[in-house]
Parts: sequence; C-alpha cells; structure tokens
Amino acid sequence: MKIRSNIAVSASGLIFNPDTGESFTVNPMGAEIISFLKEGLGQEKISLQITQKYNVEPSAFEKDFEDFMGLLRNYTLLDDE
Amino acid sequence: MEKLRYERPLIKRMEGEMPNKFGSKSENKPLTHIDGVAVKELLSEYGSPLFVLSEKTIRNTFRRAHKAFSMRYPKMQFAWSYKTNYLDAVCSIYHQEGAWAEVVSGFEYDKALSIGVDGKHIIFNGPDKTAEDLEKAIQNDSLIHIDHLDELYTIIELIEKLEKRPRVAIRVNMDTGVYPIWDRFGFNYENGQAWDALNKIMASGKMDLVGLHCHIGTYMLSTKAYGIAAAKLTDLALGLRRRYNHEIKYIDLGGGFPSRNTLKGAYLPALDTSPSFEDFAEAISSALLNAEYPPDSLPLLILETGRALVDEAGFLLGTVISNKRSSTGKRTTIVDIGINLLFTSFWYEHKISPAQEFSSYTEETTMYGPLCMNIDVIRESAMMPLLNKGDHFVIHHVGAYNMTQWMQFITLRPNVVLIDIDGNTHVIRRNETMSEFKNMEHLPEHLKNFEL
Ligand SMILES: Cc1ncc(COP(=O)(O)O)c(C=O)c1O
Repeated sequence: MKIRSNIAVSASGLIFNPDTGESFTVNPMGAEIISFLKEGLGQEKISLQITQKYNVEPSAFEKDFEDFMGLLRNYTLLDDE
Repeated sequence: MEKLRYERPLIKRMEGEMPNKFGSKSENKPLTHIDGVAVKELLSEYGSPLFVLSEKTIRNTFRRAHKAFSMRYPKMQFAWSYKTNYLDAVCSIYHQEGAWAEVVSGFEYDKALSIGVDGKHIIFNGPDKTAEDLEKAIQNDSLIHIDHLDELYTIIELIEKLEKRPRVAIRVNMDTGVYPIWDRFGFNYENGQAWDALNKIMASGKMDLVGLHCHIGTYMLSTKAYGIAAAKLTDLALGLRRRYNHEIKYIDLGGGFPSRNTLKGAYLPALDTSPSFEDFAEAISSALLNAEYPPDSLPLLILETGRALVDEAGFLLGTVISNKRSSTGKRTTIVDIGINLLFTSFWYEHKISPAQEFSSYTEETTMYGPLCMNIDVIRESAMMPLLNKGDHFVIHHVGAYNMTQWMQFITLRPNVVLIDIDGNTHVIRRNETMSEFKNMEHLPEHLKNFEL
C-alpha cells in the first residue's frame, strides 16, 4: 500500500500521473496522508499521527482513510502488490 | 494542546480545468450567525433540526415590497397569504405592518379571527368554502371571492336566510401568455364565463360586487403577465361601469412573485433571473394607470404575495449524520432534515451553508435526509465543503410553504424559533411530543393485548 514511485506530488497539492497524463488536486489532509504513504507508513501509524494532531475519532478517521484509499486505487495511484 | 480542526482527505481529478477556478469553488460562505445569534447556540438550546425565522427580514422585505408599489400607484394593500406561512407570530407581524388576511379554508379563516383580524379585513379565497364557512364570512362582512357557480348559488341561498348583503368578488382565470394556464380556479376571461358570473351577480341585486380577483400562477418570472392580468381585469371593471354604471372598488392580482430561491434545472441562480418588486410594480401600475379609469375612481390594488415576502426570512438548521459514498462512487451526506420538513426541495435547489468555517475544498455531494426512502433527497448535487459528522449547516430561504406543508413522518416536527428585532429568541411553535400525538389515536379494546 504505497503511492507509486513515479507519481509526482507538488507542495501545493497537485498530483501528476505520468502513465495516464492525468492531474489531481488534493486538500491539505489528502496531501499529508500521501506524504505519509510515500514514506511507507501503514494505516495504523498514519491514523495515530492524524488523530493525535487533529480533532477526530480514530473510527471516524479510519472510515475516511479507507474511502480515500479507495479513490487512490481507483485513480491507479497506488502500488498494490 | 488543542487539536486542529479535522477535514477529511479529498482527491479530485482535474478535467481540463485550472484548480480553484470559479466553478470548483463552494457555492457558499459559512453562516455562523443569524441576526447576530450563533447557529451553534440555537441548535444546542432548541435542538436539531430547527426552523428559525428572522423578524427583521420579514419586516424589511415587506417594507421594500410595499414601497415599490406605493411609490408607483396611489392605493395599494397587501393581504397576507395564510397558506404560505400561517404561524400566528408570522401572520401577526404582517398584520402589524398593515397587511389584511387572505385565507383559502375555514381553518385559515378561523386562525385569522383567533389572532384578532376583524372579518372585514379577511379575503376568503378558494374552491372549498362550506355553507358554514360562507355563512360566517357573510356575518362578518368578509370579502368573499367566488370561485365557481355552485358557490354563487350557495351564497344566494344564504342571503335569503341571513338577510345580509355580502361583499363579493369573482376569481377570474385567463391567458396571460404563461403556460400552462392556471384555469382550474375561478371563471375564465376569454370564453365569457367571467362575464356570465358577473351578470348573474348583478342580476341578483343582493350582493355588493366590490372586486375582481385573479391568481395567475406561482413563481412567475414574467412581469408582462401581470400587466396583461391587470389589463384584463380592468377590461371587466370598465365593462361593468359601462353596462351597469357600477364601480369596482379593488383589483386583486393574487400572489405569484418569485422568491430568491433557485428553481431546479434553472441555469442561473434566481438572483440573476428573477424580476424585482420594482419590476412587477412598474408593469402593474402602468397597466392600471394607463387604463381609462376616471382619475377619482382608480381601484385599490390588492396583492396576496406569499413566497416572495417570507421565503428569505426562514432558515432550517440541521446536523450531519454521516458521510458515505454511493455505489457509483459519488459522495453522499446524510443529514437530519428530510423532505418531510423541506417540502420545497421538490422544486428548489436550496442553498445550503455550513455553519462553521471550512477550507476552500469542495466535493460534489448529494444531500440525503434520514427518512429511509429513495425520494428523500435535499440536494441532488451540491458543491459542498467537506462536512464532518456532527457539523451543522443552514438551509436558506425556507420561510414559504415549508411550515404549512410539512409532514409528520417517522419523527415529530421540531421547534420553530423567531429572532426578534433586538436579537431575542422566542419559540413560536414548540416541538411536537409523543403524548399529544398519541392523544389523537384510539386503540380499540380488542387490540390491546398481544403476545409475541
Ligand atoms: C389565491 C392565492 N393567493 C395567493 C397565493 C400566494 O402565492 P405566492 O406564494 O406564489 O405569492 C396563493 C398560492 O397558491 C393563492 O392560491
């Protein structure tokens, strides 16, 4: 569960997929999660980081996280092996 | 250390668009206060969902509308359309502003009497006036707007019994160039029905024919239609003068001006497309002033404007229950307000504002109510910021028809609060309770026991 290595993420939250030519925007929370994913962090660690910093219950975050991962997978931005 | 406000993660594919361009912006700014009162506090004090009415907006809108007409025409009178919102407090504000009452049923008629409107200032419209209703209206010297011939004959019978001269008008329907024509109510202008009714009234000699009435439609976007309606009623009035030397006291053009809500399927927001009170006033006053009324007997212009006067003063406050994704991947948000409370979501794309600060990120969202029914959609597609469970939001422009057409379905109706001119809050209709609801039911003896 990692962001594919050739995916470029800019500081302003723009994402470019060179394989498809598609561009995406993410909000700051999305960018933060993607940077954790790029570092190779798994769901549990990411959840811990986020719920310590932000006002959100772990169960609520988990739901949003899975939803977000579903979209990343859908947009073929994940390295799923 | 205080934790930061959480916003759920979002990723969006850019389809040939630049990020943050106009179209991807949220349609709304947060609305944290209504007339200086915090939405959050309103909800914690009175519960969610909650209807809120602004007395200030009611009065300001009324005065704006009144000025638009009275500046252009010397004699004008509003009659508050009870069906649009018949909460006692709301009606009383309009009556304090000088509006008469316009009612369409015995229930509304009694409600107007109960808050102190005298019979003389009640206009009684509608096809369903019972003989008892009519008798009461005749006794109270109300303005009876006759809808059909059966009603006319009932009135003639009652006159014999009561030995009183009722004050009457007829409702006229007509082609104003806006289709479909609202021809279900009243007597048709073009095919001669209207003249037929007028002749019958004049021939009876037992009624005072004081006015001519029409209500040509609702949410009308054409000012021209009102000019045509005024001209056609004028034609009848001048005809009565020629034929019977009879003077009509008033022309009542009904309601129908649009509010600032956007109609479903409309390309542009309503603010950009709806004519203003001034535009309507211009069309109507020109038609009346340019007609051949003798200068000293211009008729009184009556308007029964409903939604355009009250819609903006009403807000519906609610809370997010859950966020989901539909089977096709679309974002859906479930809120604690269903179509049972927001009847007008059938025809409006109601503006919805979050009640707290949010970032500039938005997602196309379907807003569902909690009714467990497919039709329970508040907004099919709205660009919404990323609302979390428990977040509050405000639905705008709900003052018209929702507090009269609401349905009791799977839950009880909530509190309605009025914010007065000084920013004080008053519960003007308290939430329904289980016990008063059960009070209306009766369980037959033989159904009282069962074992499961
Ligand atoms: C007779 C009559 N007058 C006035 C109104 C108020 O109309 P609106 O809310 O469109 O102004 C109605 C609404 O249906 C009506 O039937």
